[in-house]
Amino acid sequence: MVLARPEVGPGAPARGPARGPGGAGRRTAVRLGLMALPLAFFAVFFAYPVASIVSRGLKDGGQWQLGRIGEVVTDPAIGHVLWFTTWQAAASTALTLALALPGAYVFARFDFPGKRTLRAVVTVPFVLPTVVAGSAFLALLGRGGLLDEWWGVRLDTTVWAILLAHVFFNYAVVVRTVGGLWAQLDPRQEEAARVLGAGRFTAWRRVTLPALAPAVAAAALMVFLFTFTSFGVVQILGGPRYATLEVEIYQQTAQMLDLPTAAVLTLLQFVAVAALLAVHAWTVRRREATLRLVDPARTARRPRGAAEWAFLASVLAVVAVLILAPLVVLVLRSFDGPDGFGLAFYRALASADGNAGTFVVAPLEAIGNSLAYGLAATAIAVVIGGLAAAALTRREGRLVRGFDALLMLPLGTSAVTVGFGFLISLDEPPLDLRASWILVPLAQALVGVPFVVRTVLPVLRAVDVRLREAAAVLGASPLRAWREVDLPLVGRALGVAAGFAFAVSLGEFGATVFIARPDSPTLPVAVARLLGRPGELTYGQAMALSTILMLVCAAALLVLERIRTDRTGEF
Amino acid sequence: MNTNLRRAAGAVAVGVLALPALAACGGSDGSGDSGTSEGKDKTVTLVSHNSFAASEEVLKQFTRQTGYKVKVLKGGDAGQAVNQAILSKSHPQGDVFFGVDNTLLSRALDNGIFAPYEAKGLDRVPRKLQADAGEHRVTPIDTGDICVNYDRAYFAGHKLTPPTSLDDLVKPEYKNLLVTENVATSSPGLAFQLATIAKYGDDGWQDYWKKLKDNGVEVVDGWEQAYNERFSGSAGGKKAKGDKPLVVSYASSPPAEVLGVKPQPAEGPTGVATGTCFQQTEFAGLLKGAKNTEGGKALIDFLLSRTFQEDMPLQMFVKPANQDAKLPEVFTKYGAQVNEPGTMAPEKIAKNRDQWVKAWSSLVLK
Repeated sequence: MVLARPEVGPGAPARGPARGPGGAGRRTAVRLGLMALPLAFFAVFFAYPVASIVSRGLKDGGQWQLGRIGEVVTDPAIGHVLWFTTWQAAASTALTLALALPGAYVFARFDFPGKRTLRAVVTVPFVLPTVVAGSAFLALLGRGGLLDEWWGVRLDTTVWAILLAHVFFNYAVVVRTVGGLWAQLDPRQEEAARVLGAGRFTAWRRVTLPALAPAVAAAALMVFLFTFTSFGVVQILGGPRYATLEVEIYQQTAQMLDLPTAAVLTLLQFVAVAALLAVHAWTVRRREATLRLVDPARTARRPRGAAEWAFLASVLAVVAVLILAPLVVLVLRSFDGPDGFGLAFYRALASADGNAGTFVVAPLEAIGNSLAYGLAATAIAVVIGGLAAAALTRREGRLVRGFDALLMLPLGTSAVTVGFGFLISLDEPPLDLRASWILVPLAQALVGVPFVVRTVLPVLRAVDVRLREAAAVLGASPLRAWREVDLPLVGRALGVAAGFAFAVSLGEFGATVFIARPDSPTLPVAVARLLGRPGELTYGQAMALSTILMLVCAAALLVLERIRTDRTGEF
Repeated sequence: MNTNLRRAAGAVAVGVLALPALAACGGSDGSGDSGTSEGKDKTVTLVSHNSFAASEEVLKQFTRQTGYKVKVLKGGDAGQAVNQAILSKSHPQGDVFFGVDNTLLSRALDNGIFAPYEAKGLDRVPRKLQADAGEHRVTPIDTGDICVNYDRAYFAGHKLTPPTSLDDLVKPEYKNLLVTENVATSSPGLAFQLATIAKYGDDGWQDYWKKLKDNGVEVVDGWEQAYNERFSGSAGGKKAKGDKPLVVSYASSPPAEVLGVKPQPAEGPTGVATGTCFQQTEFAGLLKGAKNTEGGKALIDFLLSRTFQEDMPLQMFVKPANQDAKLPEVFTKYGAQVNEPGTMAPEKIAKNRDQWVKAWSSLVLK
């Protein structure tokens, strides 16, 4: 942290800081300074490993074999995979937005009992390991599942199961990114439009929607990226018939050791993600307007009238069916012991009996490991992401846009590529981190940083520049102005971002699995291990451990909800 | 506002300050001991897959016997762990690799990741398990059979005799009963395919699978799903209302089903179709370029010792390679005796594996 010196003195500029050649040069310097750490982080822990593994695949005896690209791209099987990957991601994103935007509204604008708890609960799926969520979904949609028993409907091994699971996982992304901003929009602006004669819908469309657009676009982008690179869900629910690009890359790298094909597919994924980011940048450019942000506590109220109550009820019903039901199935199975309902599986987690000591201390240890990794990953992601967002606040020049896109790339890169890249690139001192504890949080932070940037940036950009100018006029240095103006406003966004980064880390399974490390399993890894062994006891323990994971997550998220600053924007 | 600001700044500062502290927690198993020189090095590093397990007590015993502490690095499933070892052969991650099986052995040997070492106690291991007897680059540690498991209750209830051989599986009375795994993504799935190739030959196995497909075999991606969701005989499958009474799993799955069940039943809920098996052998080897060669050799000897071999079955659900090691009671009581499992030379598997997987995929999944 830079310690702020209250720089109020004779040298303070009396004009707005945005003018004068000296000001511009200094701003560029400040921006580059802010960028330095994030850039170094990405160069060492992302660009270098990924470049290593890709070049190993495409080089043969020191010669680039670019002919391989053509061979792979023209393979009809690969075309098929690419097509499926794209359309299921588009469909998942549309479905998630359709179901989650009303939810975002309800969480932003209404007060109802249990709101905080529910907000934490809808985020739980986001951190569940896909192995667990897959089992839960099969229990709901599969043969003999709830739907089958009630209506004779079976959705497993259909695309619907994949789409619904994607909604289950990503509901929170929309609710938190869009809802977070929505809660801070001043309802009086919409009211003013109504007073001036606009209808309810028109007022929303002309006032609120434009203000929300960047957040909606950001959420859509994230959901699309997540579903585009979906791995576990597709593997478990899609059966062997459906494969995404991510699954294919994993196959070629981890199982077949066909690095050339994997390298081409990785490049393909890069191109797709880059195209996506370009489209996104093009649609949001010049849409981000300065907003009046207010304290969220003042914008939420009790629903009024039958229509609002019905709307709230319908949103809660969707949450109950899509998100609570799979979680409840898991919890029920964790208590459904060999001799009726009870704590048998939980006791087994702690005792050496029956599983010969494989997990004598692991469950407790795994919780500790997960939390420690999570804290470290969150700290890294918030620092790197915060600095990056600060550097990106004012969009100027191509450099900045390129930097922005660079930060998003890890979301669109397969975990196996990064993991294997670490393996072959970070293998010599001083960077032999392969067996080091810190590698896991670093890998998790790679995924966390884009979240932090996406959550903080819209808020930072929406800060009224006149506030900064006013501060400058009153003699504050740029740093002081940032500290007094921006930081209080983004405190809440930082809280949300930290929550996300933490949640990502807790449930993160891909990178954690691809990094060989001393045996200190995280919760998801321990669950997967238990599921990978036969036996009633181990299956029950996996369910019990999943339940513990859910509780730990929900608790962590609730704590974050509590410590968020409640009085942002009170001047 | 100022309090908020201080709180936020404080939180970030705490986070940053906590980083080195957190990293220090991991320092004990971090990169701190990588620079020690040969001779003083008291740590031996075992690289393995996620299924590796040994009880604390046994590993402590190794430390007491030899003075070396064991550090275990796990990297994904069996295939992935082997591939990681191949990719990092210029700077190996540890001293010993455990867990390369006969389906992957040739790939590992051809890439030259192992250094020769003849383990003490190798004379107590059956000759037919010693795949690299000429050079001793790898040492057999355990064996396991992949076999079709059946749900006893289903067959008793339907007055059906459970199948015992591969030929039985294509008979009409077993139509729509079998669930297996995708050979491209699952090692038991691949082993089952190899069992059929071992029995019906290079030209006959495709016909067999056509019949199996016509007889309604279901294919899922992984063992977890097949066994815990679709199979009606396992605990997980019962809860998930699985309705396939036949599943491709391990010969050691029935003993695992009764572990920890009280009171112990007279016979387990599942049985093994002993004529459908394929034998997998897992090997350990000294990694070429290992930092601690002496410790590595001691560890391989230990892996073959009775202490480790008798601890192994309940840890990893595999059978000891050392003939002197005794099986736990749960294995002898509930397990099946597989007399003639299918086998295949590792070279043959390595040579044909990819084309077999491709042929299988286009035949069975399309």
